[in-house]
Amino acid sequence: MMRRVLVFLAVAGLAWALLPLALGAGVPEAPGALATAYLTDAPEDFGAANVVTAIVVSYRGFDTLGEVAVLFAATAGVGALLTRKRLGLGDAEPEAKPAATEILVTATGLLTGLLVMFGVYIFLHGHLTPGGGFQGGVVIATALLLGLLARPESKLSHGILAAVESLSGAAYVGMGLLGAFLAWGFLDPRALPLGRIGSLVSAGSIPVIYSLIGLKVGAELSGILDALKGDRE
Amino acid sequence: MSILEFVSRINPVAASGAVLVLVGVWGVLARPNLFKIAIATSVMETGVNLVILSTGYIRGRTAPILDSAVAGTATDAAGAAARMTDPVPQALVLTAIVIGLAVTALQLSYAVRLRAAGGGSSIESYGDEKW
Repeated sequence: MMRRVLVFLAVAGLAWALLPLALGAGVPEAPGALATAYLTDAPEDFGAANVVTAIVVSYRGFDTLGEVAVLFAATAGVGALLTRKRLGLGDAEPEAKPAATEILVTATGLLTGLLVMFGVYIFLHGHLTPGGGFQGGVVIATALLLGLLARPESKLSHGILAAVESLSGAAYVGMGLLGAFLAWGFLDPRALPLGRIGSLVSAGSIPVIYSLIGLKVGAELSGILDALKGDRE
Repeated sequence: MSILEFVSRINPVAASGAVLVLVGVWGVLARPNLFKIAIATSVMETGVNLVILSTGYIRGRTAPILDSAVAGTATDAAGAAARMTDPVPQALVLTAIVIGLAVTALQLSYAVRLRAAGGGSSIESYGDEKW
């Protein structure tokens, strides 16, 4: 009883705290000074049409590097927690999983290539359209999820996943250092020519970095999905 | 203040986000099942993301992407800035979504491990951990 009252009080208190926000208290009439500076400077400084991408990859690029590190740590944690040994399955024969339906198998064959292509499209155009490395990486991981569902016995090649992930992570830091040596600072996209705003090859190193993030996120999420299957050695 | 006036002042995105936050908090505090707690955290994160996003939307403006839709010609950067919404909350939420996914995956893995070790999936079976 006491617990219920406390839970009710906590929820009611939080509702009271959120009420002004729900009534639009936080909504400004115009963006603040920082946001206005980003909106005017991003296209001029970096040639990036998508301001959100410019913030994520260059203005707050260090945060994104940390975010990718957090995702890596979580992937490693999930992989370490969900091994066959730790789940108590030991050397027991893996139980036969029910085969996938023909519809799923056929659709997987048709869709896998399209999904990977779509994911690559999303992260290559991150500086021009809504999208980017994280979104594209998730789409690529769905292609691998379809594959895992259609062939439950199949195993992802951990060597390839680890190679893609570590190479793209190292190249991400390498692009950042390139910015430090050739331009004004770590992760500065002006290390590469800016090009004409709105074209595919523009915004300096932003599309390169976001593509690397896309590959890394795709490999990491595929690793998580594979680990969640629960039959890792 | 009449009810109609009150309803018209509600920001729909922030209000639905606030409801999701409350549902998530209730789920975390009141549900004993570890898997439901993990999902409730995820619901709460979605709510928080909606509330943050709602603070960046400015009525009558469009997405912060410089193209022909905001700048007749793609060179009029200053004029285009006056037609775009606040990009900072969107960038923050992009980060928050990814971190939220990582946290949810880790939470669920812990729940699976605890159950595989024979501890059950109810938080009540871990009374020893109580302070």
